[in-house]
Amino acid sequence: MSVRILKPGLLTTIQDRGRFGAQKYGIIVSGPMDSYALRIANLLVGNDEAAAGLEMTIVGPEIEFEAPALLSVCGGDLSPSLNGNPVPLWRTIFAPEGSRLEFGELKKGCRAYLAVAGGFDVPVEMSSRSTYLRAGIGGWEGRPLQQGDRIPVGELPPRSLSLLRKLRRGAGKEDTAVSPWSLSADLLPAYAPDPVIRVIDGAERELFDEESVSRFFSETYRVLPQSDRMGYRISGGKLKLKEQAELISSPVTFGTIQVPADGDPIVLMADRQTTGGYPRIAQVISADLPLLAQVNLGGKVRFRSVSLKEAQQHAVIGERKVRTLRHGLVLQSVN
Amino acid sequence: MNNSSPYQPDDLRTFEIVPLGDSALSVVFGDRIGPETHKRVRQLALYLERQPFHGMIEFVPAFTSVAVYYDVMALLDKHANVAEPRHRQFPFQIAAALMDKIVRQLGSLPVQQAKTVEIPVCYGGEFGPDLETVAEQNGLTPQEVIDIHSGADYLVYMLGFAPGFAYLGGMSERIAAPRRQTPRLAIPAGTVGIAGKQTGVYPIETPGGWQLIGRTPMELFLPKSWPPALLEAGNVVRFYPISRSEFDGWEESRT
Repeated sequence: MSVRILKPGLLTTIQDRGRFGAQKYGIIVSGPMDSYALRIANLLVGNDEAAAGLEMTIVGPEIEFEAPALLSVCGGDLSPSLNGNPVPLWRTIFAPEGSRLEFGELKKGCRAYLAVAGGFDVPVEMSSRSTYLRAGIGGWEGRPLQQGDRIPVGELPPRSLSLLRKLRRGAGKEDTAVSPWSLSADLLPAYAPDPVIRVIDGAERELFDEESVSRFFSETYRVLPQSDRMGYRISGGKLKLKEQAELISSPVTFGTIQVPADGDPIVLMADRQTTGGYPRIAQVISADLPLLAQVNLGGKVRFRSVSLKEAQQHAVIGERKVRTLRHGLVLQSVN
Repeated sequence: MNNSSPYQPDDLRTFEIVPLGDSALSVVFGDRIGPETHKRVRQLALYLERQPFHGMIEFVPAFTSVAVYYDVMALLDKHANVAEPRHRQFPFQIAAALMDKIVRQLGSLPVQQAKTVEIPVCYGGEFGPDLETVAEQNGLTPQEVIDIHSGADYLVYMLGFAPGFAYLGGMSERIAAPRRQTPRLAIPAGTVGIAGKQTGVYPIETPGGWQLIGRTPMELFLPKSWPPALLEAGNVVRFYPISRSEFDGWEESRT
């Protein structure tokens, strides 16, 4: 089965969990900006968490399903509707053959994720299906989706089939069905247009003058228009080093906050280069990356300092919640 | 460096383990670029290549350090001793202890002979529009720049910046040249350039401010194969001059 792209939206790309293991060759990880939303969407349709889905940005696409499909939309609220009727986020949805999924007004966040049972079956390149825009590889022909693209969907995994049967019980052949089960409130991310983002110290924090460090934690930073999947340029209070320092380029990671000479920080995001040479003042904790990824251009962020131990505790708590959901869905799909 | 690291090995003179976010760490062998440090980076990279620990996602060798990305949950699942709360460690401590043990036994490991990769370059002409400029700035003839550039062995310290792009050490300062005032918008793949005291090859078309001295017909980024790059950290690179007709015939001559 395939889905047809009737309208591409602003920036719609195929992403799986990311391209790991090739950073030592200078090849970027890519993957979703909000990995939590894509993982949950996959789980809700019975896929492996690492299956390929769509990342949709600000203006969503219009998509036609050429066969009956099990789908889920998670992440930011771009007002999804199926065959003209609004559908909820964070749910499992059955769409009959010929269904059209559309998006409307941006209500919350800025990126939504679509998972379809079976996953998007595009070629694996360098062990991932994620789109690597700059090198033009991965995903669908290495580019954002365009009108007229037909993207193949893989075979339904056994768990999807049982979820599908359960969902369709008592529904007519032509009916859309929305799962009675939904995510518990503590599994929904606290997306906000102006979140407080927790960070741990960056490797070069001590090189910054004290005034800059206190400014970084007291000022509100605005996300500048030149922000993209590679990095968020933010401006709010210029940051200065105690004295000029020439750094050797070294590996960076998702959420690294580096400060170039102009004093406006850059938060490195999903399509970041593998190495960087600017001093790093801080590092966004993994648990808060989804919140940052959902801040739109012009949005505001503030930063709060936590310890590495706390950061890892939050990461573990988040992972345990995902595990709980995975087990819960296994139970849903039996009987 | 960050001295507030919650994990301090006994001997800070030899190496340091610092967090790189909450899902990675960096083993730092000082801050001086050179063959000694590079040897230790290579030893560690080789070890992790052959014997990745449970929970390691990937590693990246760099100029004076190796970054190691790990899976927090996999480390906890394997090492968290729940029965003994006193010994409970958080994932960074588990990963750092593992790395500490590994690094301490590296000294006894043999270092492999570095692989040499020869890269043909068609210097000057339309491929190297800045060759004359680099020569003038250094009081040399273009041929002398070519001789110096192709007469050295370069060490690949790290890949980064672009897929397959190698940071090379070992360029003669006699052909150093500052970056251009205005960057070019599109530099073709395979272009060989000089920026300051560095030389490198652009693997994909990209904007850049380097002084361009030539082009290689070889591909440095190979997304359809594995490894997906011609070079890797620890290689030695030699450039050798080829003519325009050799460049044009390169594709056909490859079997």
